Amino acid sequence: MSAPLLEVRDLQMHFPVKEGVFQRARKVCRAVDGVSFALRPGETIGLVGESGCGKSTLGKCIVRLHRPTAGTIRFDGLDLAPLSASQLKPHRRHLQMIFQDPVESLNSRHTVGDILAEPFLIHGLGDAAWRRRKVLDLLGKVGLPASAADRYPFEFSGGQRQRIGIARAIALEPRLVICDEPVSALDVSIQSQVLNLLLDLQREMGLSYLFIAHNLAVVKHVSDRVAIMYLGRIVEFAEADDAYRDARHPYTRALISAIPEPSPHRARERIVLAGDVPSPINPPGGCPFHTRCPHATERCRVEAPALREVPGRPDHTVACHYDLV
Amino acid sequence: MSAAAPSSPPADVILDVRNLVTTFDTDAGTLTAVDGVSLQVRRGRTLGVVGESGCGKSVTALSIMRLLPQPMGRIRAGQIIFEGEDIAAIPIEAMRRIRGGKIGMIFQEPMTALNPVHSIGRQLSEVFLLHRNRDRSEALRLSVEMLTKVGIPSPEIRVSEYPHQLSGGMRQRVVIAMALACSPSLVIADEPTTALDVTIQAQILDLMRALQRDLGMAIVLITHDLGVIAEMCDDVVVMYGGRVAESGPVDRIFRSPSHPYTRGLLQSIPRLSTPRKSRLSVIEGMVPGLADLPPGCRFQNRCPHRIDACASQPTLGVVSSGHEVACHRWRDLPVAAEVRS
Repeated sequence: MSAPLLEVRDLQMHFPVKEGVFQRARKVCRAVDGVSFALRPGETIGLVGESGCGKSTLGKCIVRLHRPTAGTIRFDGLDLAPLSASQLKPHRRHLQMIFQDPVESLNSRHTVGDILAEPFLIHGLGDAAWRRRKVLDLLGKVGLPASAADRYPFEFSGGQRQRIGIARAIALEPRLVICDEPVSALDVSIQSQVLNLLLDLQREMGLSYLFIAHNLAVVKHVSDRVAIMYLGRIVEFAEADDAYRDARHPYTRALISAIPEPSPHRARERIVLAGDVPSPINPPGGCPFHTRCPHATERCRVEAPALREVPGRPDHTVACHYDLV
Repeated sequence: MSAAAPSSPPADVILDVRNLVTTFDTDAGTLTAVDGVSLQVRRGRTLGVVGESGCGKSVTALSIMRLLPQPMGRIRAGQIIFEGEDIAAIPIEAMRRIRGGKIGMIFQEPMTALNPVHSIGRQLSEVFLLHRNRDRSEALRLSVEMLTKVGIPSPEIRVSEYPHQLSGGMRQRVVIAMALACSPSLVIADEPTTALDVTIQAQILDLMRALQRDLGMAIVLITHDLGVIAEMCDDVVVMYGGRVAESGPVDRIFRSPSHPYTRGLLQSIPRLSTPRKSRLSVIEGMVPGLADLPPGCRFQNRCPHRIDACASQPTLGVVSSGHEVACHRWRDLPVAAEVRS
């Protein structure tokens, strides 16, 4: 098996929560609390979880929009976690991000052509004529007309703006693209267009994706493997089909059973979890999921389970004390 | 609007919207957001209204509740017959008594539906003070009872708390409690779970189903999520470009969709059963804005089956009893390949 492109080990992102008159940091928000995984070249890992589980923070740590408080992020063998902004710059071109909201992530005062030429400018590549050619080439790749280069982001629909965001992310031919909820703000009929585009680009350019989303059906569709996160930790990690067909963690099972499937009267067993997701500022001790888990025992209240292999399945790990059937 | 008595609909129809036209005056001229929409809601049943942004589903709901943004929004034509009375034509004061009384409302974002500076108890009590003429202590007692009904733990404590102290799911439960406080016969829910996480959405949908079973109200459920429609609704109206594209019983719409738009939508969503990384079928083009809708069939410029006749507006064809479709070509289209389930 080839060496991993990205290897994250014991990653921690704790934010100080400032309080009181003097704004002293009295509490800590454990947004990402000890995450490890490895991503192979050309692979897509899906990262699923509900709001506040730390999935977006994890993505932002990897592209180093945050500086993690502990842990390592080895990208192509080099640990990015301790690097300064200037040390990072030469590596940034290999590591790009697509954001959820294409409206807010595009500068509304620049033409689409300027937005797409910027990555080349920052990295000092080519002259004006060469950049123009590259911009037109990029527009073609994401299915936009050449005339788009001279227009402004607001002149485009949500789906088209997301195409512009994708074009910018792939401009420097990165190796890894972090996709943070890339289709959740789009209309249903537009989502499938953008998902097809992402899959096409992966095949053409050999991209690897870390695909962050809350929609499990979407994540399953694009991913090779899936990590399920809860309160800053990965609770289950498996090959995508296995994660759905053969989920072992009670949270994964509840999450899958909660998806409303667009087929009426399908016989199904719904696991409805009681209560809300606890706050990462004061997470419960023991297993983070024990407050909502239908199978929780005394042991779960005290002892946090580590990720362990599911017996007989080397590529499937789960953080639960028990082997649920 | 004509004051003539409407011909009476079937007895079990509680809400009968007929040829509703709603327009907005904007800088770009008058835009027609809802263009001749008809729908019927039966007593104690759930009607889903589904469509993408700008299809007119929310404006239809706001028109029914007479909550269109003023002064731009206006009901231009049509009737909204609720329990035999045309509520499109009654004075706004009379409508205020109906809203929160016989018609309850649930909105997408519970934080904006609740007043941040008043306690939960005070906001909930208001409903009983206004619509039921109860005194304060009685209203508060009923509020606690209502919070219990929607599954809020320790309601005696929660009544004196403020919206920001509750989670998103709990807030939506409070909004549901307010909507149901006066035992309405109809509840209009506009994207009630869109802002919620999927496990919380499951809780809220379960709650709405349980309350409907106990209290027997009819629900109009507006959503963009076909999964939510499939789980919750008896009947469904698919909207596109301000008009009804297709309507009928939910299992027939999902099993044998007859409008190219409905088919396209159902085929384009990835499901857990879709083979991974396979190519999804798509509806080409963009969701049109109100200002650039084509004349005739609204869907024609995205439709793979377009013919010249599509330049004129199609009338509703009856596929089977209760299942209607607005397409010139629904008879010629290949029988819908049984949509994967």
